[in-house]
Amino acid sequence: MSANTAHSVVEPSATTKRVATVLVVLYAVITMIPLAWIFSTSFKSPPDSISYPPKILFEPTLEGYCNLFTSRSRQTQEYLDSLPPPQGVCEEIARERQMVVVSPSKFWPRFLNSLVIAFGSTFLAVFLGVLSAYGFSRFKVPLADDLLFFILSTRMMPPIAVAIPIYLMYRELGLTDTALGMILLYTAVNVSLAVWLLKGFIDEIPREYEEAALIDGYTRMQAFFKVVLPQATTGIAATAIFCLIFAWNEYAFAVLLTSGSAQTAPPFIPTIIGEGGLDWPAVGAGTTIFLVPILVFTVLLRRHLLRGITFGAVRK
Amino acid sequence: MADVSLSAISKSFGATQAVRGMDLSIADGEFVVLLGPTGAGKTTTLRLIAGLEKPDSGRIAINGEDVTTLDPASRDVAFVFQQYSLYPHLSVYDNLAFPLKSPARRLTPNEIDARVREVAKLVRIDHKLQNRSTKLSGGEMQRVAIGRALVRQPSIYLMDEPLSSLDAKLRADLRLELKRIQNDIGATMLYVTHDQIEAMTMADRIGILAEGRLVQVGTPREIYETPVDIHVANRLGQPRINILPPGLLPCPSIPAGTAQIGARTEHLAISVPANGETANARIDWIEHLGDHNYLHLVCGDRKLVSLVEPSLGLNSGMAVRVELADPLFFAADGARIATNATGSTGRNA
Repeated sequence: MSANTAHSVVEPSATTKRVATVLVVLYAVITMIPLAWIFSTSFKSPPDSISYPPKILFEPTLEGYCNLFTSRSRQTQEYLDSLPPPQGVCEEIARERQMVVVSPSKFWPRFLNSLVIAFGSTFLAVFLGVLSAYGFSRFKVPLADDLLFFILSTRMMPPIAVAIPIYLMYRELGLTDTALGMILLYTAVNVSLAVWLLKGFIDEIPREYEEAALIDGYTRMQAFFKVVLPQATTGIAATAIFCLIFAWNEYAFAVLLTSGSAQTAPPFIPTIIGEGGLDWPAVGAGTTIFLVPILVFTVLLRRHLLRGITFGAVRK
Repeated sequence: MADVSLSAISKSFGATQAVRGMDLSIADGEFVVLLGPTGAGKTTTLRLIAGLEKPDSGRIAINGEDVTTLDPASRDVAFVFQQYSLYPHLSVYDNLAFPLKSPARRLTPNEIDARVREVAKLVRIDHKLQNRSTKLSGGEMQRVAIGRALVRQPSIYLMDEPLSSLDAKLRADLRLELKRIQNDIGATMLYVTHDQIEAMTMADRIGILAEGRLVQVGTPREIYETPVDIHVANRLGQPRINILPPGLLPCPSIPAGTAQIGARTEHLAISVPANGETANARIDWIEHLGDHNYLHLVCGDRKLVSLVEPSLGLNSGMAVRVELADPLFFAADGARIATNATGSTGRNA
């Protein structure tokens, strides 16, 4: 609709639009403050990060990031003097604090664990979800409604209610503190959401397309991949984002079931606080890096996401 | 191309009997149109032939080979759907190439390209090959859909009201084009419609469907002139056939057992009463269509509609004399009673 159709019933007036814009911007700013604060803290020095009143302007330093990625130990001045000149930014910062870098910290492996577990379980949940959603949507499944309700019901229980049985089960199966165990767990939680969301999207794709493909000489499977999947991309993208956000942020099961090699970033980041005093810049740095993958993923799929959320609201 | 035959095909969905004991054979290169109202089983018949539905009983043969239990891909048929006919995520070119790229067919990219361009020319869409299929007008979409059926040389083309979603002018254009294409390639075609003009103009033979049953099959002329019953007579003719009780209008001879008389425009002789004649009808009003007028008559408590030349000089309100000339006679059960005048020899002419 063009701008000069001022008296349209459905198009909001210019004033309404302006007020709406102001409100949305205001809301966005308020929501962004904590994120901005975390981001700025990650570049502060430890004294700046706990100074009162809080510092808005400060001299940025990479100390938080260095502390996040390294383990350091305090040394005597004599020992420090006997060392060769510092190599790299982190070594330099450590020397100023009378310390030397001993080894890389565990943050990077934990972050990789998060990536593997979150993306792995998202892929599995969406893959299984799209197949079963297609089945429920297109075929006569005996007791389809009951099965769908059962799938949904797995989401009704608070995770903590099943935490102990799962812990015992995982201990028996040897799945505690393994990436496979976490992937299976997050897949199981997400697959119900995936089936329900995707069934809605696939229901909206007319059957005629597949039937045309069947007649054109394709098998049902080929028709599914060539005709249904390309048209379900919006739904798949939206579902994948929801699944990824859950698996990426999940804390309770991660604390309970991982402690060593398969630990993900969410339970690891708080442990920074315990190690070398209240190292807020390192926590800020960890959180900032933790936010990046989900941000990138969402930005990449945002066009689909927006269409996915408003799906069904506008019919041609 | 090939011949197709259905014998004693039945199909029901739950409690609804969609097709009842249908027998139909379509000769090689023949254009058969199935005509019937919504819910008569037209689309189901096409889907049964395509293999998208399996019949409850009966046998379907293509080229003499029993295909009743084969899946759609193995039947070698082409289907044009009423709507949703193009893959929205593909370009026009890719839509046309899609059936050729099937793993079931082994064609080289060059063969595919040549075939796509040839067909695009045939359906006159070659200037828009790279367009997205969603960016086409309704007529263009339907031409691509027909093109997608034509890229293969299947045993039979099945078309499910391919023109019904188009506006009148486009429909008339595509109707001619489709008939031209069918003539050019000598295709066997089964075409479903509820539009009698499409049926009359395109068909070699028309099959009239009602409630899942094939009521009559014949050339358009046969169906129009010697319908088996009142239902078939009602399907064809514009304006609709007038159904009258015997004795309402003067008629030279009425066969025994006549319960109703069907009178189309050509069965009504309308004149301004001359000396000694009495008027038996009044002109209610006249609809001007340009080349023709619809004449609405009131005769007793009945209303009649007929087509007249504008040059006759009739005005609404005038009293006129109407006589029947060789109309159609129907018995109480709706079956037509054959007379010598209509050149028919029996009920199943």
